[in-house]
Amino acid sequence: MIETRGLRKSFTSRQGREKKVVEAVRGVDLDVAEGEIFGFLGPNGAGKTTTLRMLATLIEPDGGTATIAGADLLSDPGEVRRRIGYVAQGGSTWDESTAREELVLQARLYGVSKADARARAVRVLEGFQLSEYADRKCKTYSGGQRRRVDIALGIIHEPKVVFLDEPTTGLDPQSRAHMWDEVRRLRDEGMTVFITTHYLDEADALCDRISIMDNGIVVASGSPAELKRDISGDIVRVSTPTVASAAEVLGSSSFVTKIETQDDGVRLYVEDGAAAIPLILRALDAASVELGTIELHRPSLDDVFLTKTGRSLRES
Amino acid sequence: MKLLRDISLIFSRQMQLLLRNPVWIAVGLFQPVMYLLLFAPLLKPALGVRTNAEAYEIFVPGLLVLLAIFGGLFQGFGLIAELRAGVIERSRVTPVSRLALLLGRSLRDTVSLIAQAVIITILALAFDLRVFIGNLLLAYLMLALISLMTSAVSYGVALAVKSEDALAPLMNTVAQPVLLLSGILLPLTYAPGWLQGIANWNPFSWAVDGTRALFRGDLGAPDVWQGLLIMALLAVLAVAWAARLFARSVR
Ligand SMILES: Nc1ncnc2c1ncn2[C@@H]1O[C@H](COP(=O)(O)OP(=O)(O)OP(=O)(O)O)[C@@H](O)[C@H]1O
Ligand SMILES: [Mg+2]
Repeated sequence: MIETRGLRKSFTSRQGREKKVVEAVRGVDLDVAEGEIFGFLGPNGAGKTTTLRMLATLIEPDGGTATIAGADLLSDPGEVRRRIGYVAQGGSTWDESTAREELVLQARLYGVSKADARARAVRVLEGFQLSEYADRKCKTYSGGQRRRVDIALGIIHEPKVVFLDEPTTGLDPQSRAHMWDEVRRLRDEGMTVFITTHYLDEADALCDRISIMDNGIVVASGSPAELKRDISGDIVRVSTPTVASAAEVLGSSSFVTKIETQDDGVRLYVEDGAAAIPLILRALDAASVELGTIELHRPSLDDVFLTKTGRSLRES
Repeated sequence: MKLLRDISLIFSRQMQLLLRNPVWIAVGLFQPVMYLLLFAPLLKPALGVRTNAEAYEIFVPGLLVLLAIFGGLFQGFGLIAELRAGVIERSRVTPVSRLALLLGRSLRDTVSLIAQAVIITILALAFDLRVFIGNLLLAYLMLALISLMTSAVSYGVALAVKSEDALAPLMNTVAQPVLLLSGILLPLTYAPGWLQGIANWNPFSWAVDGTRALFRGDLGAPDVWQGLLIMALLAVLAVAWAARLFARSVR
């Protein structure tokens, strides 16, 4: 449904007299299948929005190619526009208009007749639980209501693909859960949903497949389960005041595949966490290393990010 | 056909939003009416004419051109607010014609200007101004072309600079010499030769001369067709330029 090869974009910005070139996107390859929720996970400034804006025909790529819903981005942007919906990160409603007016106009801009546009607006307002506020000015909406209007605007023309740029940022947990349901509903209606986020749990729970982006490039792609499985085994974290000696003892143990030292302990990558814990305790005890806490966890997407970039997504 | 449909969609939305804002309408009428009532009485002696009718014949066309220029040049502010709200970006993702994004807005500006002009003309009629309806319609055409051009320029500049802080001084800098050198408020008949020489290069002074000729009833004056032609050409250029900026990427 979406295929990109080597998509690139850099910006030149001026700071005083100096010109600075920011390489926002440095060669992105993506393959998004029809009818899936595809997640684009990455920290602030990774280049997610820039990639989306290129795919939505808003900015021209410096290089690379892309096909979206069968239309070529570079040679036929007009056709791409007809087939996609795009919901910007910053929102797109006008304070003085009502949700219904915005929706009717939006549908009509896609060539839908007046009567049909009205009918669609009613249906979409219903679907996003906005009927109650439909005829109030947008400036009176809460953040969550406004975000739902944004998304309704992006899909009123029933596109094949919809791009949602951080649809849940700034929403409370309950609204986020609602939004996830809306997104799943869109997929179940047959739409391909391309969503960006910097929430790990969101990517994990909502997306069928994800690409992790950092610094303008894709560092890993796959289903969340696959990506986590790639970090083979489990992770055991041991906290101790004597990091160096713990690392020495455990680093030479045969059941540890990889070890990382941290300020207040070590992280051990092991085949089977449950089996490893008694061995770890015994080894530390034998060497009389003082032990703080010990915890086992299954790899998360954050661990994927950590192994690929050397940084934690939570810290950045 | 798609272009016409798109223009009418954008135009009706903009018009709807405009009419929803009564404050704006009140201000739009209050100012010119004040000019008419308070400034005009000073004119009779200043212009050296004998009757109110003669004074208004010179003053009203100038006032209308002034409104057309200023009204147009400051429309860019509204567009910057729309840019900021993400409305323009949302439009640009749809297949809507980029020319329609511009013309729909510029036409709203033109229509509201003509509405102002009609009200002022009617008021001036009460002060003994007399003008043939045919000539008046041609004068309105001139005003419409001016407003189309200045609002397109303003939208273009707004898209290029993207900030009110840059737009305000820019527009003021453009408007001031244009205003002073076009003989809008007072005719340049008594100006020294060098000043008239500069004014000849100001397209708006042709527009003002043409509009005054129409209000005088002098349809045959070359000022009329020259003014109309120059304004039409400039309007086409301005619209083409600004529409290109709508098509290009804007953040
Ligand atoms: N118009 C622009 N001019 C200059 N630099 C830009 C422009 N747009 C984006 N950038 C830069 O490109 C980089 C990528 O930005 P982008 O908005 O794509 O990040 P993002 O992944 O969407 O981040 P976030 O999670 O904060 O939304 C950033 O360093 C940003 O400052
Ligand atoms: Mg972003």
